[in-house]
Amino acid sequence: MTNAIIGGLLIGAAATWLWLSMGRVAGISGIAAQALTTPRANLWPLLFVVGLGAGGWIGNLLRNPAPIPELDALNVAALLSAGLLVGFGTRLGSGCTSGHGVCGSARLSKRSISATVVFLGVGMLTATLLHAS
Amino acid sequence: MSKPIAALIGGIVFGTGLSVSGMSDPEVVLGFLTVDGGWNPALLLVMASAVTVTALGYLAIGRRSAPLFDTRFHPPARTAIDGRLLLGAIIFGIGWGVAGYCPGPAIVGAFTLDPRALVFLPGFIVGMLAFEGLPKPAPPQIQ
Repeated sequence: MTNAIIGGLLIGAAATWLWLSMGRVAGISGIAAQALTTPRANLWPLLFVVGLGAGGWIGNLLRNPAPIPELDALNVAALLSAGLLVGFGTRLGSGCTSGHGVCGSARLSKRSISATVVFLGVGMLTATLLHAS
Repeated sequence: MSKPIAALIGGIVFGTGLSVSGMSDPEVVLGFLTVDGGWNPALLLVMASAVTVTALGYLAIGRRSAPLFDTRFHPPARTAIDGRLLLGAIIFGIGWGVAGYCPGPAIVGAFTLDPRALVFLPGFIVGMLAFEGLPKPAPPQIQ
């Protein structure tokens, strides 16, 4: 649980830094879309995405990641379709857990808080129907 | 310092946070989203601590006239709670509940060669590109 709080502090520090240094909200779905569709217009979204990956390696050195379960055909199909839904849904809804959930909530944006309540509620309902034991 | 370097630093700190917190492991995320006997509150602690720090950070930056490396701030232009926002949040929520991946952890997982994220990522990219093909709503009116 300490790791969860420390990790959250780092995420908050990164979101604060992005606002202070660049005046940008740390919304990963929007930044990833810019890195994907207009990589030459601006270099910074691509470098933010690369930074996320580098941070993942650093984090994995700082903790013991849990072993990764074997993937079967059902998992592969579920992961691919979930990817489609997350990619499309976060763009249609203009944000994800970082942009709406962290930055929008911190700005007390009613729009972001509404989106966060909806995707958290739907996520919990979906996961509980599919995965509850 | 230039904007790309500032973004790289921000990405590294954000990615480290996602990994250290356990959020790059979809099983931990599903442990929160799935309400049963094995409920894991980790995601709630991550969100609470991230939102608190960000809110204090935004307050501290407060009335600065410009960020360090740009001429102006870029707050999100849209403020309306409309159908696109809610439908997008519903579609995202379903995908999140199926696999336990939202965009940040999926990107972190793909870079650290987690096979689950490597399967999720092509779907995620195709989903984003499918949205790009849709007609765009009118930009919000700037007052």
